[in-house]
Amino acid sequence: MSANIDKLHDDHHHTPSGIMRWITTTNHKDIGTLYLWFSLIMFFIGGLMALVIRAELFQPGLQLVVPGFFNQMTTMHALIMIFGAVMPAFVGLANWQIPIMIGAPDMALPRLNNWSFWILPFAFTMMISTLFFESGGPAAGWTLYPPLSLQGGDSMPFVILSIHMLGLSSILGAINVIATILNMRAPGMTLMKMPIFVWTWLITAFLLIAAMPVLAGAITMLLTDRFFGTSFFTASGGGDPVLFQHIFWFFGHPEVYILILPAFGIVSTIIPAFSRKKLFGYDSMVYATASIALLSFIVWAHHMFTVGMPLAGEIFFMLTTMLIAVPTGVKVFNWVATMWRGSMTFETPMLFAIAFIVLFTIGGFSGLMLAMVPADFQYHDTYFVVAHFHYVLVPGAVFAIIAAVYYWLPKWTGKMYNESLGKLHFWLTTIFVNLTFFPMHFVGLAGMPRRIPDYAVQFADFNAIASVGAFGFGLSQLLFVYILFDTLKQKVSAEDKVWDGAEGLEWTLSSPPPYHSFEKAPKVE
Amino acid sequence: MSDSNSYYVPHETKWPFLNTVALVVLFIGLANYLNGYNSGMSIMATGLVLLLIITYGWFSDVVSESEAGTYNAQVDISFRWGMVWFIFSEVMFFAAFFGALYYARELSLPWLGGVGSKVSTNIVLWPQFENVWPSNGPTNLGGDFILMKAGGIPAINTLLLLTSGLTVTWAHHGLKEQNRNKLIYGLLLTVLLGFIFVGFQAYEYMHAYSDLNLKMTSGIYGSTFYMLTGFHGFHVTLGAIMLTVIMFRCMKGHFSGDNHFGFEAVAWYWHFVDVVWLGLFVFVYWL
Repeated sequence: MSANIDKLHDDHHHTPSGIMRWITTTNHKDIGTLYLWFSLIMFFIGGLMALVIRAELFQPGLQLVVPGFFNQMTTMHALIMIFGAVMPAFVGLANWQIPIMIGAPDMALPRLNNWSFWILPFAFTMMISTLFFESGGPAAGWTLYPPLSLQGGDSMPFVILSIHMLGLSSILGAINVIATILNMRAPGMTLMKMPIFVWTWLITAFLLIAAMPVLAGAITMLLTDRFFGTSFFTASGGGDPVLFQHIFWFFGHPEVYILILPAFGIVSTIIPAFSRKKLFGYDSMVYATASIALLSFIVWAHHMFTVGMPLAGEIFFMLTTMLIAVPTGVKVFNWVATMWRGSMTFETPMLFAIAFIVLFTIGGFSGLMLAMVPADFQYHDTYFVVAHFHYVLVPGAVFAIIAAVYYWLPKWTGKMYNESLGKLHFWLTTIFVNLTFFPMHFVGLAGMPRRIPDYAVQFADFNAIASVGAFGFGLSQLLFVYILFDTLKQKVSAEDKVWDGAEGLEWTLSSPPPYHSFEKAPKVE
Repeated sequence: MSDSNSYYVPHETKWPFLNTVALVVLFIGLANYLNGYNSGMSIMATGLVLLLIITYGWFSDVVSESEAGTYNAQVDISFRWGMVWFIFSEVMFFAAFFGALYYARELSLPWLGGVGSKVSTNIVLWPQFENVWPSNGPTNLGGDFILMKAGGIPAINTLLLLTSGLTVTWAHHGLKEQNRNKLIYGLLLTVLLGFIFVGFQAYEYMHAYSDLNLKMTSGIYGSTFYMLTGFHGFHVTLGAIMLTVIMFRCMKGHFSGDNHFGFEAVAWYWHFVDVVWLGLFVFVYWL
């Protein structure tokens, strides 16, 4: 029936069909869908690059690629996964979910919404095309530290301008999210009654608007240093290469929380649904999220403990960094307390959410180890760091995204996914993710540096294991794609309230929801 | 469509996609130009022209919707939040450049000069270097230059921008009182003051390049000076163009006393540019 209404509505407004529908759409669901598919494609492109890295590192010595290309792979893998896979996935989820969670007809600024999305494919085409340049793509690492990044080939201005475009997209998207949340809530939905996912996105949007322009400033100075003879990052002119690191990480650390706060929101939504209990400590969850966000602006230099900072700086940034463990701990304990004595069931989204709690916490603890200045002197720029941030980003952010897709897919498509295949996907993913990243702790503690194509033979065994894990992980994600298409082909329709423990306005809508969700705002008690 | 109870959601739009195409043409041109290819400039110019045409088209749509009464009070609030947060993002953009200035003056130059534990940096690397501001670094990059003084043009420019802040508020009062003459003359004055500011700034640059040997290549002082004032000057130019558009809209009779978001958004932007200038005047020119 909803499909009929949908069709009538479309005919009424003469919505274009075919490709033009997607190019000209202002609908939050269409744009959310675009974001999510785009993110999945980027996830595979970035993943392919990771497999090039892992294939080369399967054995010591140089086998498959030349070192220069290896460096291009590490650089592009990071840029694509951060700006192309994880961030767009979260924005896609925000687009789909925020309006239907707060009872709004659409996002607040629909044309801007279209623009935020369509910048992405163009920017990434420009960025990835540099790999085919004669002088190759960017190879100085995604952090673009000068002086190395100033010595690249023709790719450098292309990469910097494409990052400017990505920043523009993120800022516009974040402005839209904030305007939507502040202005479009259904009557009666006060801030402290908002779904927790909406709260985490409100705070993430604030971080985006505060952090992305700083990155834009930093890379603009790189551009002028290289092409217009300024000396921001050149000591002979009175500048300092370390200045770039400070500005970059002033963006970079909030960015880390941009990549994880919406994941917290997803897990805080899924855990109560399958524990059939209310989220334990809703208020403290909100305050914890806000505290993490504020602290994220005063911890940046923990990325640069070995650069030669004054002692007072080292101590300040060590202590503020450790302070973040407090609100993060609040969250982990709240999730556990939510599950305590709940009537728990273990459908695929719940499995991913529980794995998130366990594995993200491992990443959190290795983060605490890295936060200690004297210990960091040993760990800095080793594979231990790689293990740490992959634990918070893959079984952290990516698991949360996958959990969210399984959780809301029946709502979006009106079809139920295959639960057995979902569980199989979960177990394969979880086993292989640990196989890939856990050994990296050991080689890192033993001193294997990151970003190298060749290594000493004593690291060979663990690297071989990690490479096997990486290929297993990559192949397991093909199953995910199969499940997605299989879901779309299912004959049986999903119920409106797919999960009996789920709460929120989105479950009062049909599955799939009508093209325009809440033409009349619902009343929230 | 103009049901004031429902939130207006445009049903389709071609502008954002086209705008992205123009932007990417502009950037590919710029990148090619920077890499030293002759084709760069013409590609860049094409992109810029396209961008201007498309932006004009996009805004025309929005303006005619606004004049048709499509936007209700709730849409107006969305626009307001949008503009507020956009300006905040611009504040953070400037913050990166101000941060670079403070870092250079408070940390990197004193370190190069051998302050505190960095004494060996100075002795080993730059034994001749003594830290004074302004500085073009230990290698006297770009050669000796003369400092841009705060008196003279910068002081006049401060006066111009502060006055323009007053005139735009005066125009705003005119709009609220439905006094069209006050509104349009207020805006005209603001626009004139804005463009005179830009003109003085351009003159100052020419003077700096030809008489003072103060260039972008003059070490960290030249870098921060031109980055901060240039980025600000670019914003003043944008703001003045926006004000001009608003002025023409007022002459056509757009906006009413209680519904004039477009005017206010540009006025906010103008005040923001004004405040940034005060920061520049104090930290770049004066101290």
